[in-house]
Amino acid sequence: MTVNKGEFAVCCENITKTYPPDIQALKNINLKISPHQIFGIIGPDGAGKTTLFRILTTLILADEGKATVLGYDVVNEYQEIRKYVGYMPGRFSLYQDLTVEENLKFFASVFGTTVEENYDLIKNIYRQIEPFKNRRAGQLSGGMKQKLALSCALIHKPKLLILDEPTTGVDPVSRREFWEMLQNLKNEGITILVSTAYMDEAGLCDTIALILNGEFLKIDTPKNIVQQFEPEIFSVQSNQRSKLLTDLRRLPEVSSCYAFGDSIHVTVENKKISEEELQNFLLKNGHEQIEIAKIEPTVEDCFMELSKQQEENN
Amino acid sequence: MEKVIEVQNLTKKFGDFTAVDHISFEVYKGEIFGFLGANGAGKTTAMRMLCGLLPPTSGKGLVAGFDIHTQSEEVKRNIGYMSQKFALYEDLKVWENIRLYGGIYGVPEDEIIKKTDELLKRLGFEKERNSFVKSLPLGWKQKLAFSVAIFHEPKIVFLDEPTGGVDPVTRRQFWEMIYEAADRGITVFVTTHYMDEAEYCDRVSIMVDGRIDALDSPKNLKNQFKANNMDGVFQQLARRASRKAD
Amino acid sequence: MEFFNNLRDALQERQISMKQFMSFVRKEFYHIFRDKTTMAILLILPILMLVLFGYSISTEVKNSKIAILDSSNDVATRAIIEKFRNSEYFSVKKMVNNPSEIQDLFKKDRLNMVLVFGDNFYENLAHTGNAQVQLIVDGSDPNSAKTIVTYATSIIGAYQLELSKIDKIPFQINPQIKLLYNPQMKGAYNFVPGVMGMILMLICAMMTSISIAREKELGTMEVLLVSPMKPIYIILSKTIPYFVLSLVNLATILLLSVFLLKVPIAGSLFWLIAFSLVYIFVNLSLGLLISSIVDSQLVALLISGMVLMLPVIMLSGMMFPVENMPVFFQWISQIIPAKWYIIGVKKIMIKGLGLSSIIPEMSVLLGMGIVLVIASLKNFKYRLE
Repeated sequence: MTVNKGEFAVCCENITKTYPPDIQALKNINLKISPHQIFGIIGPDGAGKTTLFRILTTLILADEGKATVLGYDVVNEYQEIRKYVGYMPGRFSLYQDLTVEENLKFFASVFGTTVEENYDLIKNIYRQIEPFKNRRAGQLSGGMKQKLALSCALIHKPKLLILDEPTTGVDPVSRREFWEMLQNLKNEGITILVSTAYMDEAGLCDTIALILNGEFLKIDTPKNIVQQFEPEIFSVQSNQRSKLLTDLRRLPEVSSCYAFGDSIHVTVENKKISEEELQNFLLKNGHEQIEIAKIEPTVEDCFMELSKQQEENN
Repeated sequence: MEKVIEVQNLTKKFGDFTAVDHISFEVYKGEIFGFLGANGAGKTTAMRMLCGLLPPTSGKGLVAGFDIHTQSEEVKRNIGYMSQKFALYEDLKVWENIRLYGGIYGVPEDEIIKKTDELLKRLGFEKERNSFVKSLPLGWKQKLAFSVAIFHEPKIVFLDEPTGGVDPVTRRQFWEMIYEAADRGITVFVTTHYMDEAEYCDRVSIMVDGRIDALDSPKNLKNQFKANNMDGVFQQLARRASRKAD
Repeated sequence: MEFFNNLRDALQERQISMKQFMSFVRKEFYHIFRDKTTMAILLILPILMLVLFGYSISTEVKNSKIAILDSSNDVATRAIIEKFRNSEYFSVKKMVNNPSEIQDLFKKDRLNMVLVFGDNFYENLAHTGNAQVQLIVDGSDPNSAKTIVTYATSIIGAYQLELSKIDKIPFQINPQIKLLYNPQMKGAYNFVPGVMGMILMLICAMMTSISIAREKELGTMEVLLVSPMKPIYIILSKTIPYFVLSLVNLATILLLSVFLLKVPIAGSLFWLIAFSLVYIFVNLSLGLLISSIVDSQLVALLISGMVLMLPVIMLSGMMFPVENMPVFFQWISQIIPAKWYIIGVKKIMIKGLGLSSIIPEMSVLLGMGIVLVIASLKNFKYRLE
């Protein structure tokens, strides 16, 4: 049975969605997602991630534009899409008063299948919560709830798995585990479309789309996005952190500077200022233990630069 | 240095489950104190005890000089609190929210009016005075919520995941506001899941299974655990955890 | 060959949907059984209501305080008064001489009834075969008033019967009943049909709409809609458990009213249940319609509470007679299903009338149900907005 009618797992053309009174959630979105990859939609809350996912899962209709999922039209062929898509909404949406096992069995039968039939696919995830299968879902910890929700979304062996901010509010360790699970699912042949507000998760996706204010800033592989970033980035440290930031902001040659972990990332366009000049400037301003290094930008650097451009364009 | 929080062997048990297990630490005036831990490590319970919302099972805690067990009302009056889940009333206007919180903490009326103007000017929100909070972008809301949480000049402000889901630029602007507050002498007690934010803190504690397993400056912690960044430290510590339940 | 393949596929699909449907119904029952508080309330509520109403009807009927104004003072009146004195239901507190005292007596002595015999009672009875006696009853507690009147008339009736046996002449004593304070009294004693109308509506319309709104609120509706399960099944399967629950309640109410309150089912039990099923159908469709409009449990509760409950209590004739309402409210009461149900149940249960007598009510309810079901299906969203 070939389900994929088209070349792309997801295809959006000029998708626009406005909420009353005049909040533009999505502005002319174009997107093509090839199958068998992890595709990340990355952007802060309110950027339009959930709206896009709801359109793709046939839950809401776009005002304008056309979209297909697995080759099926989201408006006319929504019933087909609902058979082959697994969806995990942002909020924990399982029945708190049913046990782990009851939840799983229920969702299996909703999708016209049984737990046994597709146990292989969820085995690795479900095994971790199986010891608690008689516990009510409401009494599970955050990480376990998430694993149960993922098992339920996978129980019908979907071709496309859509996950809306699965790692929000989850601690770094559980987040890492979760991404390992997604990697395994990808290897099983499932296309994964996932959204996140954590920029550091970008590197775990094959392709990413950076989204802000209902518009894509860029769609490419994380590697390409970083490589195409034109300005130079210096990582700067000194013994006086907060003074360092205010001092650097005074430099007209610096287009932006932001704290990144224990250092400050300084963005310089067109090589207006060199490493030595920076060093001298800081020494003159009384900084000590200065460390400056030219570094490769992170996706977060790119996002901030691109969002600045978006602001200027508008 | 003046101690703003002093905790000794603070413990909270729910039945036979020990959520917080004999934790002891001190936080100083004007310090930015990062309070990290995996989901279910006991952070929320510990924070609720410090805010006077939950009586401890045993141990002692002083917050802003008041005993968290016997003087919880005084504790509440001298702290500010902001969480990602709830901060402002969405259906009230910006100035109404400020006035409400000023009123709750007993700031005199004329002072509220004066400080509201100052606050809106400093944030650049003068035009938004009469906007409903729900119409503001998330980043603005969080900035406003923080300003409201320290409106009554508390000795200490508790921030529970204040920057979740906020865009990277606003997130950094938010931290700059935290620095300003700390420079004014307000102690900041903050939880976060962003490990780069942990680096912004003066000192960081990491909870594992209800205990504090590490407490030091980010630099020392990185040296101690031979990690490049705080994420490395956190991963090493949190993987030790034996319990997974919330 | 292809035909058979298609047929097989269709059957298989039917099987799968049936399985889906049943697993959904099972899940709904889990929800209900695990929410112990709500279930207890739903099961106990009808019992509580019946007992409360029932208790108020059965109090104070013994030793009702009465006064007697006997203008005739003859053989017949003395015999009747003697009977009242001997009855355990009445205690004669006073003999009155002047009609003008009566009004004051009610206030002062907290009388329940005054018995007024006209002049020449026996003479009228003996010569014309017709005599008048007036019963003035305190109607502020209509339930006990009704009982008192029944007892009093039966005592007078018993005397009349004795007289007829002796003289072989058909005597006729006409008790004229005059109620003070609440002269209509109508409707109030028929609380059993009222309780039935209310409880069934509560369970079917309110609980169904709340339980669908809850799925929307929790976000589980999102997941269900993105499944191949036909959305209409999701909604229909919600109604099954509440349908069952309402049948349990119907049985409880009927059993209690027959065995505890001694209100017999005068008419056909079959038609009473059939009529109730139609009413349940109306309310389930109403619940579905509400749930297609609202997104939160609170709004669902408020709509069913304010928009459904209040009119049922105030306008259905359960508490206040419809005839006495302003015309505007009489009009509104026409569109309240409970009003028609209560009238119909009274006809079958209390008056013992047959199917032919409830044809109007039955047709109105059926019509309402069909309109509501069509409206809720048309309104039904297979997307989130």
